[in-house]
Amino acid sequence: MGDEYYLELSENPVQFENASSVNNVFFDEANKQVFAVRSGGATGVVVKGPDDKSSVAFRMDDKGEVKCIKFSLGNKILAVQRTTKSVDFINFIPDYPHLEFSHECKTKNASILGFCWTNWNEIVFVTDQGIEFYQVLPDKRTLKLLKSQSINVNWYMYCPETAVLLLSTTVQGNVLQPFAFKSATMSKMSKFEIELPAVPKPAKLSLSERDIAVATIYDQLYVMYLKHHSRTTNSPGAEVVLYHLPREGTCKKTHMLKLNTTGKFALNVVDNLVVVHHQSSQTSLIYDIKLRESDGNVNVHQPVLPARSINPFKIPLTGPAAAPSQAPVPCELYSSSWSVFQPDIIISASEGYLWYLQVKLQPTLNLLQDKGKLMDFLLRRRDCKMVILSVCSQMLIGGDKGNLSVVATVFDKLNQVYKEYLDAEQAYTAAMESGPSRSSTSYKRPVRTQAVIDQSDMYTHVLSDFTEKKDVKHKFIIAVLMEYIRSLNQFQIPVQHYLYELVIKTLVQHNLFYMLHQFLQYHVLSDSKPLACLLLSLESTYAPAHQLSLDMLKRLSTANDEIVEVLLSKQQVLAALRFIRSVGGHDNVSARKFLDAARQTNNTMLFYTIFRFFEQRNMRLRGNPGFNQGEHCEEHVVFFKETFGENALMKQATA
Amino acid sequence: MLMISPRMASGMQEKQYTPSLLSFFIYNPKFGPREGEEEKKILFYHPIEIEKNEKIRNVGLCEAIVQFTRTFCPTKPAKSLHTQKNRQFFHEPEENFWMVMIVRNPMVEKPNKDGKPPTVEYQEEEIIDSVYGSVLQQCYSMYKLFNGTFSRAFEAGGVELLTQKLEKFFYRYLQTLHLQSCDLLDVFGGISFFPLDKMTYLKIQSFVNRVEESLSLIKYTAFLYNDQLIWSGLEQEDMRILYKYLTTSLFPRHTEPELAGRDSPLRPEVAGNLLHYGRFLTGPANLKDPDAKFRFPRIFVNTEDSYEELHLIVYKAMSAAVCFMVNSAVDLSREFCEQLDSMVGPHLTLLASDICEQYNVNRRISGPEKEPQFKFIYFNHMNLAEKSTIHMRKTASVSLTSVHPDLMKILGDINCDFARVDEDEEIIVKAMTDYWVVGKKSDQRELYVILNQKNANLIEVNEEVKRLCATQFNNIFFLD
Repeated sequence: MGDEYYLELSENPVQFENASSVNNVFFDEANKQVFAVRSGGATGVVVKGPDDKSSVAFRMDDKGEVKCIKFSLGNKILAVQRTTKSVDFINFIPDYPHLEFSHECKTKNASILGFCWTNWNEIVFVTDQGIEFYQVLPDKRTLKLLKSQSINVNWYMYCPETAVLLLSTTVQGNVLQPFAFKSATMSKMSKFEIELPAVPKPAKLSLSERDIAVATIYDQLYVMYLKHHSRTTNSPGAEVVLYHLPREGTCKKTHMLKLNTTGKFALNVVDNLVVVHHQSSQTSLIYDIKLRESDGNVNVHQPVLPARSINPFKIPLTGPAAAPSQAPVPCELYSSSWSVFQPDIIISASEGYLWYLQVKLQPTLNLLQDKGKLMDFLLRRRDCKMVILSVCSQMLIGGDKGNLSVVATVFDKLNQVYKEYLDAEQAYTAAMESGPSRSSTSYKRPVRTQAVIDQSDMYTHVLSDFTEKKDVKHKFIIAVLMEYIRSLNQFQIPVQHYLYELVIKTLVQHNLFYMLHQFLQYHVLSDSKPLACLLLSLESTYAPAHQLSLDMLKRLSTANDEIVEVLLSKQQVLAALRFIRSVGGHDNVSARKFLDAARQTNNTMLFYTIFRFFEQRNMRLRGNPGFNQGEHCEEHVVFFKETFGENALMKQATA
Repeated sequence: MLMISPRMASGMQEKQYTPSLLSFFIYNPKFGPREGEEEKKILFYHPIEIEKNEKIRNVGLCEAIVQFTRTFCPTKPAKSLHTQKNRQFFHEPEENFWMVMIVRNPMVEKPNKDGKPPTVEYQEEEIIDSVYGSVLQQCYSMYKLFNGTFSRAFEAGGVELLTQKLEKFFYRYLQTLHLQSCDLLDVFGGISFFPLDKMTYLKIQSFVNRVEESLSLIKYTAFLYNDQLIWSGLEQEDMRILYKYLTTSLFPRHTEPELAGRDSPLRPEVAGNLLHYGRFLTGPANLKDPDAKFRFPRIFVNTEDSYEELHLIVYKAMSAAVCFMVNSAVDLSREFCEQLDSMVGPHLTLLASDICEQYNVNRRISGPEKEPQFKFIYFNHMNLAEKSTIHMRKTASVSLTSVHPDLMKILGDINCDFARVDEDEEIIVKAMTDYWVVGKKSDQRELYVILNQKNANLIEVNEEVKRLCATQFNNIFFLD
């Protein structure tokens, strides 16, 4: 069962002092920092970030209860909100005075709901009457208003990744107005309405910020709405509705995740998967919005995998209370003290832990039976390579051996991704070669994700082991190799030589020469010099390999020297000479090589013919039948004279 | 070498007789070694009406000839005996089992005036040993394909079973021998391969592998299209004779009714909402028939080592035919056949139309110039690939050639010359009228070309053949 947990908490959580009456804890989603503020800061503020570098500790004066505390990007300026009217700032830039300065919101009678940093020196105040966008001038210790917008705000939500701020407006709160920020500019995006399950009468605030989350999934910004089960609708359980929020254009409801249950939920996004935690059952579900082809406007999704709990986490006891022998204490999962932040953060304030939620892919192997679907799922995950390769191995060797059509489906899916990468790479290279000036920005070098499983990966991790297995029928091995080659061909991916070698090795091992012959006959194994040489080496066990090899060399048309060598090694001197003459290379070949071969046949008439041929060549090229010194044919001239007499030598034409 | 056929020079009123089968017998000298028991040696004798003593005499004569020639070369006794009226062929396919075929030489009957009986002139040089020797060997191979070896039958049921099997098989088989139209192709016993692009070929591979996986009873599969082989799971020698059976016997039997409009294959079967044109060529003619018999011909393969007996299921959809071979120990049920039909039928129909489409595309690309303007026969000993533009489509009855028999005879003669030496060589023959015959042998390949060019000389003919090689055989290593 332990292998079935596909979600886990990060092994090394960020630890901080747990929340208590004297210690307030804040979390900043932008910098992913936890602030532990003791006694309003007077006895210390400890900031813990995702890594040690971003951890800071300092003191500040206790000027009242802290409502909100956040560093600007890069820990340059600290902003603290203590009242509903103003925000206080402290410089953390070295060499700048470490003095607090305060700024009141400009709208009269407005109360500040909160603020968010959009840059190292740009900040947005969100008030119940609108937003104010400021530039902080730390040296002058003042703020300069860049832009403001007045609008009634119930609550707000900020997505730091995309710098998009979402405001809940109207009485019911279900009209959301997004703003996008980018270096000193603020742009209003088109607003949209969240469909509520029931409209209350009289109208009152019905959309809570607890039910909304903003996250980027597959590089697109989505607003996720947790739509609770309502008795008035027929839906059997709660749903998560995804609204796609494009940079330009209108926001559309695009996906619906069926939770099939009711209760308290929380959302995370990990590796482009939407994770829905269900508190009462203490389990989580994951959804992949790409896993279903769109039909209609809204895609309805069921969980990819059966519901499972997060992998149990044990807290090692530390501090003075912990004895070294004490066993780690299991951590209470799905605790009511948990806070969940986007995209993948879970915080237990009462215990003082911050975890990142992670997806483990290995358990999905056994949880998702449909291998095609499993592949679709895995190919979109970040660290998928080794898992995909182990799925391949498992379906070929493992107990739940897939049949050939499953194998074919899996190969096709892998090669589709592989081919897309190769094409992108090729387009990039072509664009670079045609001159980078013209397309300086439009072409980025394609990123090779882990989902690109190439032939060498398949060979090294799957196929070479598989073909060695003694308990797998060779028929199946060959069928699988052919299926892989078929799939590569289907996607017009050139097959690497080592795959052919594997096919040949397997066929030869089982004496299936006739099968090999047929494959070669239909050029299933593409021509290449190494393949031709491999075939030559098989000649002693399978005579026709000689002919197959020669044919292949001929088709390559760049292997004329090899053909001559092969023929000479078979003592087919005349054939070699006729061949080289037919391709027009006879003026450049070494006479000695041919004469050597002719001598070895012990056929003096053959020797005579070859000798005469080269005398004629010399005559034609140099006007003299004799051989040059550099040709090293002296011993053959001597032999010729001994055998046929001096007079048999060709005379130089006198005329 | 200038050749003028005597046949061409002869007059109109003559009567020409083609070579024909005089007798055919099988004997084993060990079965009746003692005097007076000679009849026991004879396992099969055609024609059956021959008087017993004559049979014994003929068998004895053959035995004597073989025995006598063996003294000159113990490993290679006589293969044929030439006489004025006929020619005898000897073949020992298994130890001590002899097959003998006696062929009457072709002859010309010249009428005489004054009511005298006509003069008969035997053309004893017209028959080529290698052609009829091959025909005799084929007789054995075909027998063995359907019956297994002589010695196995003898071990299983003694002489009685063996003679029974021989009679049952050869009685019908000998009637299908058309000795007058045997030629070089019988010597080769080649296989015509269907030209196909790599991708479609891989699809066929994939199809075969998947069928063999899901119907695990299937041991071997062979795939043909247009009566040409694409894939054989059987070994080469077994495929060679199975191919011969399929293309000269089974397929023609089924295409002729198709051509005649009866039993049209264009009557799609509906299986699982998929239209398909699949049907069984062996076994049940109609699966829906409640009285359908699920019996398939049995064949014997790998007789040298594993000696396997298999059911031969031949299934066809449009022009694609697939042979599935299943261990004969298994009884094939209606369920199996239905499963096969519903699984293979739709898939094979699709594949067949794929192949057809691909074939037409390729033909369009290569254009008409690739269409053979030459009459040639090509054969490769290594993979038994054979290609002939001389022969018309084979039918059950005869294989028709488009050239004069005299030219075919020249081809046969050149082939005999090639068989004598290992070296690559080329022979160019000027035949009667404007015909030139060229034979080329390169490594294990042989090519025979017949050219008809007015007033061509040797150099022109040579150039023409070079051109043919460059267009038709540019992807193989073929010395010129």
